[in-house]
Amino acid sequence: MFVLAELKDNVRIAPDQFHLKLVDAVRDELDRRLANKVLLNVGLCIALKEIVSLKDSIILPGDGASHTEVLFRYVVFRPMVGTVMTGKIRSCSREGVHVTLGFFDDILIPHAALQHPSRFDEAEQAWVWEYPLEDGSKHDLFMDIGEPIKFRVSREIFEETSPTGPPKAEGQSSQAASTSAAAAAASAAAQEVKSPYKIIGAINEAGLGVLSWWDQQNKEDDHDEELGEDNTEYENDEDGEGACEE
Amino acid sequence: METVNATYSYVTNLEVMEMLQKIKSSKKKFGMRNLATVTYEALQYLEDSPCKNQTRESITNYLRDLRNYRLKPHEMLQMVNDPPTSPLHTQLLIDDNKAPLTDTENEKIIELTHTHFHNSGTTQQQHNS
Repeated sequence: MFVLAELKDNVRIAPDQFHLKLVDAVRDELDRRLANKVLLNVGLCIALKEIVSLKDSIILPGDGASHTEVLFRYVVFRPMVGTVMTGKIRSCSREGVHVTLGFFDDILIPHAALQHPSRFDEAEQAWVWEYPLEDGSKHDLFMDIGEPIKFRVSREIFEETSPTGPPKAEGQSSQAASTSAAAAAASAAAQEVKSPYKIIGAINEAGLGVLSWWDQQNKEDDHDEELGEDNTEYENDEDGEGACEE
Repeated sequence: METVNATYSYVTNLEVMEMLQKIKSSKKKFGMRNLATVTYEALQYLEDSPCKNQTRESITNYLRDLRNYRLKPHEMLQMVNDPPTSPLHTQLLIDDNKAPLTDTENEKIIELTHTHFHNSGTTQQQHNS
């Protein structure tokens, strides 16, 4: 899931850090700049692995700080397309299931890539896999928040995001009604956050999806087709008595 | 910032976990909130994943034993990060369209997981009982 990316940049060390060893000062500066940030077409930067080389430090006129060109390797989170990963379900919406890894949130499994057939339950606000049983009836498998889920990375989307500037001041301040509407629109536009790095996943394969769906499989040696699911014994239980004997 | 090589090399989850643990124990400087956040969260994820039971030697031995199965590098990396514990799991990680894995080969691969990475999962106990 993680790669080492080799990057090159100019690092500015302010004079108040001249007491540190150059290597340490550069290391801190790089981490300060890159950790937990997304680099376009590189991935989510985690931490500095090593500095490969440092060029000579120079001082530019007008600035007391030193500037050093550094070649370094950074640990970056960027799963290869096709990788299978395990995350937790963050939420479900009409567009699909949102999965999180803790340190990375923007993973979406669109509804078309869920196990077939699935439906969105409005009451529970959750996606449900309607697993067809042998006798023709369906068993509902809910995808609840917090459940660990295994998925395959099908796409990665990098988007250019520029820093959001101040909301554009609308010229027409004559009509009070229109300015409040315009101000609302401007603030709404400013709040629309584009995520710079999105992962699109898929679970429409045997073995993918909520982990508990396939857990039973490991406990039974010979049943290849049997779905891993706890409630198979209860499918004909109409009185709701569960495991109680009469 | 110039990207010299966006994928200079791959790293296993174990290496990242060890690196982050070292960072967590050493630095506590001001202004490094982002590093602290991402280190903490990534460690939380990694310490809950199979790499917490791995060591460098166990991974080297595992890869040596896997050499018989003509796997591609990315498949081997995936198997190190998430060693398969069931036939279905193995089939997810290995693309066997050209040369399908037989059941015995699949079983042997799962056994390798149990041999090298002593999972404390219930699957192992059920398997051995």
